[in-house]
Amino acid sequence: MEKNRSMTGAEIVMKCLIEEQVETIFGYPGGAIMPIYDALYDVQDAIKHILVRHEQGAIHAAQGYARVSGRTGVVFATSGPGATNLITGLADAQIDSTPVVCITGQVASHLLGTDAFQETDVMGISMPVTKWNVQVTRAEDIAPAIAKAFYIARSGRPGPVLVDITKDAQFGLAPFAYEPCQEIRSYRPKPTLDVSKLQEAAALINAAKKPYLLVGQGVLLSGAGNALQAFVDKTDIPVASTLMGLGAFPADHPNYVGYLGMHGNYAPNVLTNECDVLLAVGMRFDDRVTGDVSRYAKQAKVIHIDIDAAELNKIVKTTVAVHADAKEALEVLVDFVTPRKHPEWLEEFHQLTRIEQQEVVDQALYPEDAELRMAEVVNRLAEMDLERKDLVVVTDVGQHQMVCSRYFHYKNPRTNVTSGGLGTMGFALPAAIGASLGAPDKTVVAVIGDGGFQMTLQELGTIMQYKLKVKILILNNQFLGMVRQWQQLFFDRRYSFTEMMNPNFVQLVSAYGIKGTTVKERDELCSEMGSWLSSADAELLECIVKQEDNVFPMVETGASVAEIRLS
Amino acid sequence: MSTTKRWSISVFTEDTVGMLNRITIVFTRRHINIESITASMSEVPGIYRYTIVITASEDQIQKVVGQLDKLVEVVKAFYHPDEQVVYQELALFKIRMTPETNQKLENLVRDHGARLLAVDPEYVVLELTGHERHINDLVKDLKGLDLLEFSRSGSVAVTKPMPTLTELMENN
Repeated sequence: MEKNRSMTGAEIVMKCLIEEQVETIFGYPGGAIMPIYDALYDVQDAIKHILVRHEQGAIHAAQGYARVSGRTGVVFATSGPGATNLITGLADAQIDSTPVVCITGQVASHLLGTDAFQETDVMGISMPVTKWNVQVTRAEDIAPAIAKAFYIARSGRPGPVLVDITKDAQFGLAPFAYEPCQEIRSYRPKPTLDVSKLQEAAALINAAKKPYLLVGQGVLLSGAGNALQAFVDKTDIPVASTLMGLGAFPADHPNYVGYLGMHGNYAPNVLTNECDVLLAVGMRFDDRVTGDVSRYAKQAKVIHIDIDAAELNKIVKTTVAVHADAKEALEVLVDFVTPRKHPEWLEEFHQLTRIEQQEVVDQALYPEDAELRMAEVVNRLAEMDLERKDLVVVTDVGQHQMVCSRYFHYKNPRTNVTSGGLGTMGFALPAAIGASLGAPDKTVVAVIGDGGFQMTLQELGTIMQYKLKVKILILNNQFLGMVRQWQQLFFDRRYSFTEMMNPNFVQLVSAYGIKGTTVKERDELCSEMGSWLSSADAELLECIVKQEDNVFPMVETGASVAEIRLS
Repeated sequence: MSTTKRWSISVFTEDTVGMLNRITIVFTRRHINIESITASMSEVPGIYRYTIVITASEDQIQKVVGQLDKLVEVVKAFYHPDEQVVYQELALFKIRMTPETNQKLENLVRDHGARLLAVDPEYVVLELTGHERHINDLVKDLKGLDLLEFSRSGSVAVTKPMPTLTELMENN
């Protein structure tokens, strides 16, 4: 480690990032971060910087990068509007527990609070949407702040961190010595495992006739995939996944019973209210999962394992609350449970799955008329992945997102990137950019609606500039489809401002040198999707889908999960 | 709807810029009004203690304190109902001196256990330390006098049942 050579704050930023083994930064320069960009100029061999087209694109790209790679995403932005443009992404990363470190430039410290040019209270604005934030006004405080930022972002329940550095701190001189942060006295990210709680949990599971396991993103974040499989193989417990947990447990495993929530599968929703022991691991009982909480799994004894103590008993009262890392807990729990078989209980799931197949899936995949359905497009993509096994699916927000969650059948960890908690339209295209850099050996597909695509399509420029192989799949129904579906079902078909007049997407991407194809006919889908996926470059496939297609099943707002409707 | 009561929340934090903001955000976001808040150094050097009084249900307070405890710079947060804390408020009253004020003041000071902090030909300053109701009683009895200024602190509290902060930090 280099010690005590004086350098500028901006150079220190670079040194810190290199020490943290940062390889990729997503950013956008501006006045207050110019010293940092100047220092970046000298380390381009060590750190790759991706110039996005808008700061929101930078943070979503960093999120996509983090989600597929398990590393911490890094963002540079300038003060004022540069920093405020990060807010949506910070909120998204906060609610979806994504490790991101944002470094923002700030006006010189003597100008703080004077309404200087491009000055804004970034600390105040970002506080509610970051796991932690800090403002640095002296060069010597930069290295400890960045060390702390990385430690906080990736430890415990991960999240976004913002480090705001004044311009004078970037210019200032200080001796450099990097000490990675290992501990903060007020912050205990790693809970001590209470084995007695797991014994209590095991006793409930062992005595259960209808045990049921729900998995969330916590399983992915802790790398608990193998521990989970071993636990399921021993207990024969049915497993369902939240939106953020898709891929944590393989969808082709015989114990996998489906996807939870508002547009989830029929069986896993209905049988939530039939199980006798509900074991929830690394999930937080989002309202989109629980429906009416007062009628959610009331008959069941609930075991909740989560690394965030504040999530325990927050929404659902537990019988046993286990404050623990998912992997650690499952690895211990597996030894306390006795081998079981639950053929009859699993058959209850299969019966309901068959009903869903007949009443929903068959109609969505094999419609009688000529109009393409979103489900058949996604199903075709899933079929292609059966052979390729290399797809990462990045989705935006809306109907297409729910269709992907239902029909893609994620089998591997970190192959599902979506905006879950915040529901950020415009997330997918920039997130796919980050994903393609974070998982270079994968093929990244951004599935986006025609609405969400137009929220961040400026990032096509980034794809063009860095020749990124991002496969864009637009499911175009010329509507803000999810809102339209609700208007149809709950607002008497009063389609208030949900119909969109769209540009010619193929021509649009061609302006960025990206090839595009539009598919309207079912018999073209197979071949067009094949060539779209197999080309070496970024490419657009636009599918014109049925305009008033709805996503079912659906748990209406205020309904119980057992009242999920099939049509 | 579960019943609400008064709670004292003790939050022990690092001494950093913006800490008060981080704490109040937790309440603001849940639309909970803070009735009183005080901050000072604690018995551990470098650690601040906030005492926050709110009225809420136990379920609400549990969640709020969980969120406070989760803040990176919070060492520990606790909540206690009124009966589990020893607490006091301090109030200062500045009253205009008039010929008829004199006699009344003497009685008030004696009856309420207040102290005369400053005496000036034009005004006097009274101090009273006690529970909220003691201070409210004095405010009532001051009616008729010319109250120029009135200022009171939030609740300052120590808890009855709680291990020391140092013990907690070590066992954590």
